[in-house]
Amino acid sequence: MAENTTREKPARKGALLEVENLRVEFPTRRGTLTAVDDISFHIDEGEVLGVVGESGAGKSMTGTAIIGLLEPPGRIAGGEIRLDGRRIDNLPYEKLRRIRGREIGMVFQDPLTSLNPLYTVGHQLIETIQTHTDMSESQARRRAIDLLAEVGIPAPERRIDQYPHQFSGGMRQRVVIALALCVNPRLVIADEPTTALDVSIQAQIIKLLKKLCSEHGAAVMLITHDMGVIAETADRVAVMYSGRIAEVGPVREVIRNAKHPYTHGLMGSIPMVGHDLDRLTQIEGSMPRLTEIPTGCPFNPRCPKVFERCRHERPELIAVEDTRVACWLYEEGEQRRTGSHG
Amino acid sequence: MAIAPEEIQVSPGLFGRVIDGGRRFFDGDIFYAFKKSPLTIAAFVVTVLMFAIALSAHWLAPFDTMNLSSLNLMDARLPPIGWQFNDGGMMVDPDPRFLLGTDEQGRDLLSAMMFGLQISLEVGFASVILAAVFGTLLGLVSGYAGGRVDSFIMRVADVQLTFPAILIALLIDGATRTMMDPDTHQAFKLPILILAIAASQWVNFARTVRGSTLVEKNKEYVQAARVIGIRPSLIMIRHVLPNVLGPVLVIATLSLAIAILTEATLSFLGVGVPATEPSLGTLIRLGQNVLFSGMWWLTIYPSLVLVILVLAVNLLGDWLRDALNPRLR
Amino acid sequence: MADAAVAQAARSGTDDVRPLVRVEGLAKHFDVSPPWLTRVLRHEDRTLVRAVDGVSFDIPAGRTFSLVGESGCGKSTVARLVVGLYNPTAGEVEFDGVSMANLKSRREMAPIRKRLQMIFQDPYASLNPRWRVADIVAEPLRAHGLMTDRRAIQKRVGELLELVRLSARDGEKFPHEFSGGQRQRISIARALASNPEFLVCDEPTSALDVSVQAQILNLMKDLQRELGLTYLFISHDLAVVYHISDYVGVMYLGRLVEWGTARDIFRRPQHPYTRMLLDAIPDLEMSGRQRIPVAGEVPSPIHPPSGCHFHPRCPFANERCKAEEPKAIATPAGGKVRCHAIEEGRLTEEVVQHALGRD
Repeated sequence: MAENTTREKPARKGALLEVENLRVEFPTRRGTLTAVDDISFHIDEGEVLGVVGESGAGKSMTGTAIIGLLEPPGRIAGGEIRLDGRRIDNLPYEKLRRIRGREIGMVFQDPLTSLNPLYTVGHQLIETIQTHTDMSESQARRRAIDLLAEVGIPAPERRIDQYPHQFSGGMRQRVVIALALCVNPRLVIADEPTTALDVSIQAQIIKLLKKLCSEHGAAVMLITHDMGVIAETADRVAVMYSGRIAEVGPVREVIRNAKHPYTHGLMGSIPMVGHDLDRLTQIEGSMPRLTEIPTGCPFNPRCPKVFERCRHERPELIAVEDTRVACWLYEEGEQRRTGSHG
Repeated sequence: MAIAPEEIQVSPGLFGRVIDGGRRFFDGDIFYAFKKSPLTIAAFVVTVLMFAIALSAHWLAPFDTMNLSSLNLMDARLPPIGWQFNDGGMMVDPDPRFLLGTDEQGRDLLSAMMFGLQISLEVGFASVILAAVFGTLLGLVSGYAGGRVDSFIMRVADVQLTFPAILIALLIDGATRTMMDPDTHQAFKLPILILAIAASQWVNFARTVRGSTLVEKNKEYVQAARVIGIRPSLIMIRHVLPNVLGPVLVIATLSLAIAILTEATLSFLGVGVPATEPSLGTLIRLGQNVLFSGMWWLTIYPSLVLVILVLAVNLLGDWLRDALNPRLR
Repeated sequence: MADAAVAQAARSGTDDVRPLVRVEGLAKHFDVSPPWLTRVLRHEDRTLVRAVDGVSFDIPAGRTFSLVGESGCGKSTVARLVVGLYNPTAGEVEFDGVSMANLKSRREMAPIRKRLQMIFQDPYASLNPRWRVADIVAEPLRAHGLMTDRRAIQKRVGELLELVRLSARDGEKFPHEFSGGQRQRISIARALASNPEFLVCDEPTSALDVSVQAQILNLMKDLQRELGLTYLFISHDLAVVYHISDYVGVMYLGRLVEWGTARDIFRRPQHPYTRMLLDAIPDLEMSGRQRIPVAGEVPSPIHPPSGCHFHPRCPFANERCKAEEPKAIATPAGGKVRCHAIEEGRLTEEVVQHALGRD
């Protein structure tokens, strides 16, 4: 993992996915809610970008916006999403559908609901393969069996004709991963892929996902609330808070030397085996509801290092060493910059 | 933290809570959904209007049609305003006193319909309330107790469902007719009718409440109450019941429409309310006897009112079902 | 008073206090058979799930005992058996020397009821949505007749809400006006209303975000210190268990496979399953520790494997493990473990390292 620490590239050239000033809004009768507020990031070819945040941070919404599956009345209200330099946020439905299957694969949290219970696993794999390639039925079936073997399902020739309910939770998630990878997509968006699974199976699935994506050369956007999963899997990580990116940078840097006070507090609040602490670091309060996001930095009411500017002005991402942080503490010439916390 | 004066705990009284509840209602999603649906508003207005007319029939009706001695045969067989009636070769002109015409006894149709509406709604409401109370209670016990109690109540409900409402009413009517002397039977006709309609409807309530109770009883707030040591009967009434009332309200509204129709059907068949106190259904039956002699208004107007009433109540019920079901929103 | 003595002993920090809770041979079997007629037609017998199968442990007063394991291991069932939400199929739960099996009626149960309470997992389902918070918190007070005066109840509710770091004014609100973490605080306030000594906590932080989880865990530790509480803590998260527990029991398919002090379980795990669980914890410190995920998944509890339930996933299993259920034996550190390999001395450090591919 050590060689991954300096993955942040200076130029955006070669980035597979670019998201620029993305804004997702939900019009409601009590006004428009902004679920994703002007965020920008990129994912390089073959890279694993972790997107981490607590519930309501807008991380899943970002993922669904990218593949164009926002539930109405939610809509992309601004910004651009580019895959390989082509805009995909304003495509007509039919074109987007083709990209969704062929170039972007999806792995959802609940493997039970992402498979159709009425069809065999093989039927669903073959159908997906044939939709996006011009393989014959028997070729597609061969490919499906190979894929099942690749994701570690024993006796794939027999299991391909079974229904989803005949698979256990972990095996089902393996099938979903096979489904996402079956046409060699360039990007896989995995939304909480291990949350519904038991601890021992989580480790298996994380390992599998990582191995397959590097073998298939697919980049991964890994959305999760679990810092442990990020630490094990991602090259870079974006920490989200209240629909914005608080901090983005190489995983090792963000986890070991968090710069944003939120990330810092978040890391301290995670209990760890072997750490004999009487009390965990505690961030007071909770993430504001979408209707009550404060002005300035959204974290300011909970921030231990808050000062006047935080309450009025929203900080943009500022480059600090390898990471970029949305915090006024790091503004050039800012007197309060201390370099380390705690 | 210093406590500001306004932070000292003041429990709002009953009045405060009502105001608070009202504010939350008008601010809430249900009222919002109501405002957004013109059809529902229309249905609501029609229903309220019908209720108002029924409730104030004694003051609104131009004639007291319940009092048979006030009828005058001279006023019989008059057509509604704006129509002429060919009564055996003789053209009869409408009388301005009788807006919707009269029947063969000289009864004012408008007044008769107002009282008929009152009786229809009375029977409808009484039977639905009876069915709702009985059914909800049985459903609650069935769902909460489970096991043999549950099996027994639900099998009874299954058997009950195999008898259509009309058959039950006919059975009860027939049985009481043979058991009681005609006068007593006549006097108990209304309660018997209400009982018959309620008997055909409690199953709906019991089944729905049982289903919701099964869901609620496994929720952790019910388990918390059990850990605290609350008596099962109190848990059912204080915890489960308030959380299963939503569907009950929907079924009650939809059942009201069905109850009114059932009553009309039964009265039309002659086993319903006595002809001396005609409901809408009775009026339609009486009118139907003379329909072919050309007195169409005696059938058409009561039928129209019945259709509009049932339609309005049904629309309200449908809307309520959708509004209370978060999955459809 | 006996309670005071126990609390005193707990505070003095000695562990040889009389256990407040004793669980002895506890078992719960659920009947999941198809209906009678179906069984007769298909010539099937009744199907029993042994959700909990002979579990024994003690909890000393003022301490935290955690049950940890994967889904289907029966840990939540144990929690519900201990508070009396289920009746055990076999075995018994003893609270402060009184066997709960002997308390048949609600009346006999009432004095114990006051002294043990439960906190649930889902903060959105554990509060009645139609009740005001003040009424929710006051329910145990009213139910046990601890207080009848309206003003006194109001005052006590205010104190309880402040005890869990909420404001007394929050009592007038409804549950839906609170976030998940705040609701969990309300649950705790309700559980504390009758001044219990023992709290059963069924995954109290699993539905919460990490920063909120930290708040609740800190609060629970503070309350334990302030009120001398004893906890039975149920969780699947080993890091949380490590943080909060004095004693840990590891469950697998209805059986306790290893139990002892938290320090020993985490520093010197004995049972292969415990080792596997510890190995599966994500490496958050990014120490570069090599992890070998153990293969396989938890089998269905309806048809558990014979002998030691863990044998199909265990790299050290032999014929005896497939046939014979292991007995509990003492570990060098003073804990208990159920494993033939350990009993036979097959599980030396070299063997383990070799099996995990870490030569």
